[in-house]
Amino acid sequence: MADVGKTPVARNEKTSSEFGYVGIDAILEQMRRKAMKQGFELNIMVVGQSGLGKSTLMNTLFKSKVSRRSVMTTEEERIPKTIEIKSISHDIEEKGVRMKLTVIDTPGFGDQINNENCWQPIMKFINTQYEQYLQEEINIDRKKRIPDSRVHCCIYFIPPTGHCLRPIDIEFMRHLSKVVNIVPVIAKADTLTLEERDFFKQKIREDLRANEIDIYPQKEFDEDAEDRMINEKIREMIPFAVVGSDQEYQVNGKRLLGRKTRWGTVEVENTTHCEFAYLRDLLIRTHMQNIKDITSSIHYEMYRVRRLNENNTKPNGQPAIHTNGVPEHEVLSHEM
Amino acid sequence: MSEIVPPEVRPKPAVPAKPSHVAPPSSAPFVPSPQGTGGEGQGSGRGSALLGYIGIDTIIEQMRKKTMKAGFDFNIMVVGQSGLGKSTLVNTLFKSQVSRRSTSWSRDEKIPKTVEIKSVSHVIEEGGVKMKLTVVDTPGFGDQINNDNCWEPISKHINEQYEKFLKEEVNIARKKRIPDTRVHCCLYFISPTGHSLRQLDIEFMKHLSRVVNIIPVIAKSDTLTPEEKTEFKQRVRKELEVCGIECYPQKEFDEDMEDKSDNDKIRETMPFAVVGSDKEYQVNGKRVLGRKTAWGVVEVENPNHCEFSLLRDFMIRSHLQDLKEVTHNIHYETYRAKRLNDNGGLHPISSSGHDTQESNL
Repeated sequence: MADVGKTPVARNEKTSSEFGYVGIDAILEQMRRKAMKQGFELNIMVVGQSGLGKSTLMNTLFKSKVSRRSVMTTEEERIPKTIEIKSISHDIEEKGVRMKLTVIDTPGFGDQINNENCWQPIMKFINTQYEQYLQEEINIDRKKRIPDSRVHCCIYFIPPTGHCLRPIDIEFMRHLSKVVNIVPVIAKADTLTLEERDFFKQKIREDLRANEIDIYPQKEFDEDAEDRMINEKIREMIPFAVVGSDQEYQVNGKRLLGRKTRWGTVEVENTTHCEFAYLRDLLIRTHMQNIKDITSSIHYEMYRVRRLNENNTKPNGQPAIHTNGVPEHEVLSHEM
Repeated sequence: MSEIVPPEVRPKPAVPAKPSHVAPPSSAPFVPSPQGTGGEGQGSGRGSALLGYIGIDTIIEQMRKKTMKAGFDFNIMVVGQSGLGKSTLVNTLFKSQVSRRSTSWSRDEKIPKTVEIKSVSHVIEEGGVKMKLTVVDTPGFGDQINNDNCWEPISKHINEQYEKFLKEEVNIARKKRIPDTRVHCCLYFISPTGHSLRQLDIEFMKHLSRVVNIIPVIAKSDTLTPEEKTEFKQRVRKELEVCGIECYPQKEFDEDMEDKSDNDKIRETMPFAVVGSDKEYQVNGKRVLGRKTAWGVVEVENPNHCEFSLLRDFMIRSHLQDLKEVTHNIHYETYRAKRLNDNGGLHPISSSGHDTQESNL
């Protein structure tokens, strides 16, 4: 006959008979399956003067033609007179994970004689996406999954002058760092020597600090010590000095993405040559979810607060009666 | 010197899926491209053969890390007459004392005169995943002489949690993570009569199946022979169908064929005939949770003895996330729509010309 067991079994140890194992960690697998079924979205905006390799870099990041070269200056195609906003969407699948990638290009930025307020159309576009999301969110009968066209990340291309940030760079980032995650990159960094690159990066970091421009990952949003440590390393490296290429070359018997010159091949994914791999890891392999979270819980929430405050204030400046939009309500059992 | 070679697909290839204008399968509803304003260009393209590994699949690992850091909430309600082993079953499910025995009365303690709602919360950690489990007990349900409308306090409690969440959600300055006290699942304990559902069972489930995920279980099923159990289960299923009661998982929320085939198997097994126990016994040299009788040990986690392990696997190991999602996407959204309709809606925000303001503040 069976006897009462004398020794207790540790509750969270998974033994052969699985005694003590509940299975709450299985939620991770459940979430993985859901995510793989649904897929997800990533919306990236690229901003910078023409000819800095924006399209090439995006194509290099996502290993496919996800961005069209916006300026092929033939007789017909000229630099646009005003800033246009162009979105191209692609579905990319990798290891069963589907991502709808939208690349938002801004041809015409910084290319005019007078570039005053040239960030405004971009700001307007970003806020329009927040507005669309907000309108969907406050719908009574809302979608199970609200289409997310919010800009998760803005890659800002700094020309490789080797000196310091230009006023247009400072103004753009100062205005937009409050509404979107900005990741600054030094474009076409193969024009700089290692010494020039280090000096330029340091100078840019000083300029950003002096102008109180908080770029991604923002210090104030580090969640814990582990986060802080990882993000500090990234902040010390920003802006990433990058080179893009969609050409493959054979180097020492290996196929590599690179740019071939008379004096050698710049290997795009070689971290001793440029920092493309660090940028890719940040944007895709380590911080992509965080970039989306910050967009949703910080930038969008700030927009929402401002809009609802505007909407909830009477002309005389008095707040409307129900600041949260729903009056007090006694819940009844028969309500459903 | 290096030579140019034609591009080729590398190992671990990332393949472009269908172009955006091709409708994806219903299981993965991708949304339309972001709509621009004014003179914005819009396009949708398909990449050429990808050159190698990108790493978009790492988002799964990023999500896993976030979940493990944040932990999650799971709120379960147990409903049934006293003495059906509600507390014991929940303690068995979560392998710890997460529910107080509401029936271990001393001489002074009496069956409550009305249905009370008692919540007990615990943080359980397993495999690095933290879960805040709240067990909502309903002592007094079905124990009175007159049980008219005894489900109303329960319905009221469920709706109050939806209301709390709604209030938080529509706040202007809202929390980064809204505390979730909504009832994700209601375990309804059916008495093992072997006959059919009582009127009280039918009325309760009819009223509440619209507002919460109900999982019916046959309590103390060790009192039934296998034949009685099979017959009773069949009869319960038939009665639920006749009364138009949809228990979880509801047919209409199956997302795809895979979901449907998984859930059909579960629907055929319902209601789960369960036995709970927090005592350990030695059987054939193995420690097992069970109930010892003069004629043998009922092994709680042995599927030949009872369906406890099927219930546990279903509720925790395969459908826990789905229970939460159906609560959020269906039951809560239904409540929200009704409340806002009663209220005339959250008045649409007029799009004013503030889009270009310098900050979001």
